[in-house]
Amino acid sequence: MTGPLSGAPFPEAARKALADTQLRRNLARATSTIRAKSAAVVEELPDWAALREAGAAIKDDVLANLDRYLVQLEEQVAVRGGTVHWARDADEANRIVTRLVRRTGETSVVKVKSMATHEIGLNEALAHAGIAAYETDLAELILQLGHDTPSHILVPAIHRNRAEIREIFLREMRDVDRSLTDEPAALAEAARRYLRRQFLSASVAISGANFAVAETGTLAVVESEGNGRMCLTLPRTLITVMGIEKLIPTWRDLEVFLQLLPRSSTGERMNPYTSMWAGAIEGQEFHLVLLDNGRTATLADPRGRSALRCIRCSACLNVCPVYERTGGHAYGSVYPGPIGAVLSPQLTGVAHNTSLPFASSLCGACYDVCPVAIDIPSMLVHLRAEAVEAKGRTPERAAMAAAAWTMADSTRWSRALRSARLGRLLGGRRALPPPLSAWVRSRDLPEPPRHTFRDWWANQR
Amino acid sequence: MRVAVFATCLVDALFPDVGKAVVRLLRRLDQDVEVPLRQTCCGQMHVNGGYPREALPLVRNHVEAFLEYDAIVLPSGSCAAAIRHQHADIAREYGDGVLVEGAELVARHTYELSEFLVDVLGVTDVGAYFPHRVTYHPTCHSLRLLRVGDRPLQLLRQVRGLELAELPDATSCCGFGGTFAIKNADVSTAMLADKMAGVLATRAEVCTACDSSCLMHIGGGLSRLNTGVRTVHLAEILAS
Repeated sequence: MTGPLSGAPFPEAARKALADTQLRRNLARATSTIRAKSAAVVEELPDWAALREAGAAIKDDVLANLDRYLVQLEEQVAVRGGTVHWARDADEANRIVTRLVRRTGETSVVKVKSMATHEIGLNEALAHAGIAAYETDLAELILQLGHDTPSHILVPAIHRNRAEIREIFLREMRDVDRSLTDEPAALAEAARRYLRRQFLSASVAISGANFAVAETGTLAVVESEGNGRMCLTLPRTLITVMGIEKLIPTWRDLEVFLQLLPRSSTGERMNPYTSMWAGAIEGQEFHLVLLDNGRTATLADPRGRSALRCIRCSACLNVCPVYERTGGHAYGSVYPGPIGAVLSPQLTGVAHNTSLPFASSLCGACYDVCPVAIDIPSMLVHLRAEAVEAKGRTPERAAMAAAAWTMADSTRWSRALRSARLGRLLGGRRALPPPLSAWVRSRDLPEPPRHTFRDWWANQR
Repeated sequence: MRVAVFATCLVDALFPDVGKAVVRLLRRLDQDVEVPLRQTCCGQMHVNGGYPREALPLVRNHVEAFLEYDAIVLPSGSCAAAIRHQHADIAREYGDGVLVEGAELVARHTYELSEFLVDVLGVTDVGAYFPHRVTYHPTCHSLRLLRVGDRPLQLLRQVRGLELAELPDATSCCGFGGTFAIKNADVSTAMLADKMAGVLATRAEVCTACDSSCLMHIGGGLSRLNTGVRTVHLAEILAS
């Protein structure tokens, strides 16, 4: 996958996903488990609302002063022996990383789980240049071995259950114990043995970053397995690809986000591993690639920019009734779920995917759980208007304009109601013309009333 | 206090009994209600469908229809939320300063039915009698945009003869979502299936809510499957 968007429009892709009974069960189980865990640990913090406000305010300050903070970060990383590279888009970022790896003379790299590198299609670009990238996050490993793509931001293999994972391991890991069971501990041990070889032989690692502190030049990666830390510490060369919105101004600001993130994402009070580094340690090389790839364009839209507050916790995915039933692949985008539906069209331009902003019932559950208070439903509504603009003249536009003209005046409205009522007598409760026919595929229409409410009021008075 | 009823376009056209119930209920509570016939639609379908500019004349008409009232009561959490959270924005973006002021004033005077009963009139026992087993679905916009909380349940608990059954997984969306029900009919139906399973698990004979739109969707599904469960708007139960 090179860009964040590909494939069929959402309703079409969703139909396929809905029919996959194994997927439906895996997703329902996983999302309801994480949802309950997260709700419980959020509930126990009395100052959650204040933390959430602080998280939003810090990110808004970063977005308002991004130019200043980015330069500050560059200076601080450079002072500590790191090198900063600026990438305008995916291609430029991939070229930079490929060049850096080639310079080491290596033909393989180990990778820390990173959404930014998925976004730019780095693994594919490296493969094209003859460099093998080995994913070391357990879920990412499952996907890579299964020739699959992520369907969730935090738990990318959420659509797979342990029986399926066992099959993938047996098929793809050459010297795996053939008596492997689907017990989580057995699967983890098999992955551990497989990965250990990669860790010990790798001399180049590629990571993303959860946070970058402008004040100190510190990068931070939070994770559960410790595999990230192996990559961050063992290899001689470390290359980090980071979206420019991952900045926070000061070291103290980490306090807020290291509380918000684990509670919202894995439902833990604290994540097991928090790795932080500033610049390069002696004998090692550190490169930081700062990625724009549509972010400054998003920043330019006052109604869309708060999507850049996102810390990729995926709480919105776990509570979304649409995501829970379709999974991430239906979104055709690296960032799925509610945040994907607002972020992906903005990063690529709405015209490239007009169906994503409509992939929501606007129920608002995502806004309620977002730890940085991104008003996703309002943003979806805003992006829908842009999608409509991008599509130009459509039958829908004509129908909506006609409806607005009719409904803007009560005389026209009551006249329309009267003629519609005559029509309804012929239609019955299971027939409607397209596109409204989609309604009666699964739902009866209400009994047509004998009179309108306004007629009743006019008569009884 | 001059009290007006905004029926909403859906109730006006398809569910007149809900509008009649609101009028009957408020009269029983000694309110001299009016129904300004200039009213049509709040324009939410246009705003949420991606046609905010087209919604402007609807917002203007709504503001002009209700500007002079002290309280505007409507049997819809969703339309109340549109009036409260969208109208002034639409006026600011596409209209003029006078309309912004008018929209803000009307929004301040707008109450979803359960808000008006509990907060303004201060009643929870409205003298209703409804001898049925009922489950209550909190609609998303009443729950998350208006924050009506347990007001509808407070009202239902006081209804004589009514046996209230708790809906499992009550706060998850029923899958209506306006044009979502058409544009993403398959996902919408998958959500509906789970909502119906919840309703059926309660063994209730009636599913109620604060929005005729969501009820049309849930009721349409329950009817299609001949479940023997019907949907009744909260206003109709309270007016019984």
